[in-house]
Amino acid sequence: MEDIVCTFCGSVCDDGEFDVEKRRVKRFCRLGSSKFAEKERIKAPMVEGKEVSYEEAIDYAVEILVNAKHPLLYGWASTVNEAIRLGVILAEKLGGVYDQCASVCHAPGVLAVIEEGLPGGTLGSIKNRAEVVIFWGANPAEAHPRHGLRYSITAKGLLVKDRKQRKVIVVDVRPTKTAKMADIFVQIKPGYDYAILSALRAIISGNADVVPKEVGGVSKEKLIELAEIMKNAKYGAVLYGLGVSQSRGRDRNVENAIKLIQLLNRTTRWIIWPMRGHYNVVGAGEVPAWEVGYSYAIDFSRGYPRFSPAEFSAVEVLNRKDCDAALIVASDPVAHFPASAVKYLKEIPVIQIDPYPNMTTLVSKVVIPSAVYGIEAEGSTYRMDGIVLRVKKILETNYWTDEKILEEMLKRVEKLKG
Amino acid sequence: MMVVELITGRTLDQGATVEEKLGEKYFNAVNYIELDEESFKQLGLKEGDRVKVTSDFGEVVVFAKKSDLPKGVAFIPMGPYANMVIDPSTDGTGMPQFKGVKAKIEKTTERVKTIKELLEAI
Repeated sequence: MEDIVCTFCGSVCDDGEFDVEKRRVKRFCRLGSSKFAEKERIKAPMVEGKEVSYEEAIDYAVEILVNAKHPLLYGWASTVNEAIRLGVILAEKLGGVYDQCASVCHAPGVLAVIEEGLPGGTLGSIKNRAEVVIFWGANPAEAHPRHGLRYSITAKGLLVKDRKQRKVIVVDVRPTKTAKMADIFVQIKPGYDYAILSALRAIISGNADVVPKEVGGVSKEKLIELAEIMKNAKYGAVLYGLGVSQSRGRDRNVENAIKLIQLLNRTTRWIIWPMRGHYNVVGAGEVPAWEVGYSYAIDFSRGYPRFSPAEFSAVEVLNRKDCDAALIVASDPVAHFPASAVKYLKEIPVIQIDPYPNMTTLVSKVVIPSAVYGIEAEGSTYRMDGIVLRVKKILETNYWTDEKILEEMLKRVEKLKG
Repeated sequence: MMVVELITGRTLDQGATVEEKLGEKYFNAVNYIELDEESFKQLGLKEGDRVKVTSDFGEVVVFAKKSDLPKGVAFIPMGPYANMVIDPSTDGTGMPQFKGVKAKIEKTTERVKTIKELLEAI
């Protein structure tokens, strides 16, 4: 089968070829190939370690959720929009909290966008137009392996025809694999993104005299060189990663970067965009945004949606012990949350919906296995740049989809809650 | 003993094994710390030796790996080992500080816990 759509990272490559007999995918990277490889699955629905039917597991899960005062519904980055839509409705009916993986990933960027807006563009526009691409705290060579080939480094575009016409700059703390592919590598001290962005803004706005000899491990000469390249580019793109949103400054780093782009846009054209991780982490934010107005950390306990990451992001809810049950869909918070949050997850009843056994499975009271979207089920997803792509079903399965499981849960919750 | 600034992040190995978290390959992809060559010498380490990483928020034993990091910076792939020592406070953003945490590194003879043991210890 041709034109297979990958459901691993945010690049959502749509040019794969799948050999059904060998069960192997061609053209995808190591991450995509691992996605389509056969691996251990959760065999059957389980309640407290005992195998049960889908119906029994769903009944049991619904009982936990309906009896909880303030359940947390978390995950959603590795499932399709159709399932996320039901998850948000479920959170509302239960008077719980909806939060998604971005809250430990790119969500600080959302806070910055609320304040500053987002001068953005699609991956296609980067490929066709960007003569300067700056990866800031991002390492696509390991996190989005084909991004460079398809859009941002060696991609052959309409106006920027090849690698020679595109200048690639990497700003990072480490000499990453991406840094080794760059024309210019700017190595900075950890936690100095904000200061360096401010220095660049000062230089570009004609106030270089206020910039000291060195900022965050980068010499003033190098900063001036970088500022000149940015000013003189006809079209440039800053693609930022978690190096910006997970280190000191978090949302303020992103805000400062957007301000730099706004400044450049007075005289030329630049865009800025986050390198989103999971294949539908954008959907996990877009779907609740069009349903209830917010993209993450949403509480429904008062009967209407309230957004407050300081209170309703999953890590804050767990650190504060402010939930008494959790539904985890297509995610593994036990592997990716700080130990303090995991500690509380171990104390409350957890329901997991996921195709694969993971660390969250080990603490879950109810485990409901699901079909893998893009392989065993179809649905729609948002690529990292907000473009909606339909992922395909290429193999048959007996596993239920997230959508079907959530639909059945919702029916039962509506019956019990009215 | 030395103090480093700890950062965490994705790697290709971590990504390629992320849907097989209870397997050996994932364990190997996330259970180490990268240090620069000079720090290796200073701590008297050989590749594969174990080190104890201690921060204000917890401790974890991981394998040591040499890399071309700048001196004073250490890297653990994102995952359960890194999460034992990162800063869980979010400054109101919802995002714990996964990068830029001060940590103490010392050579140890203690064992590296399996993923299940790690979870039990939390």
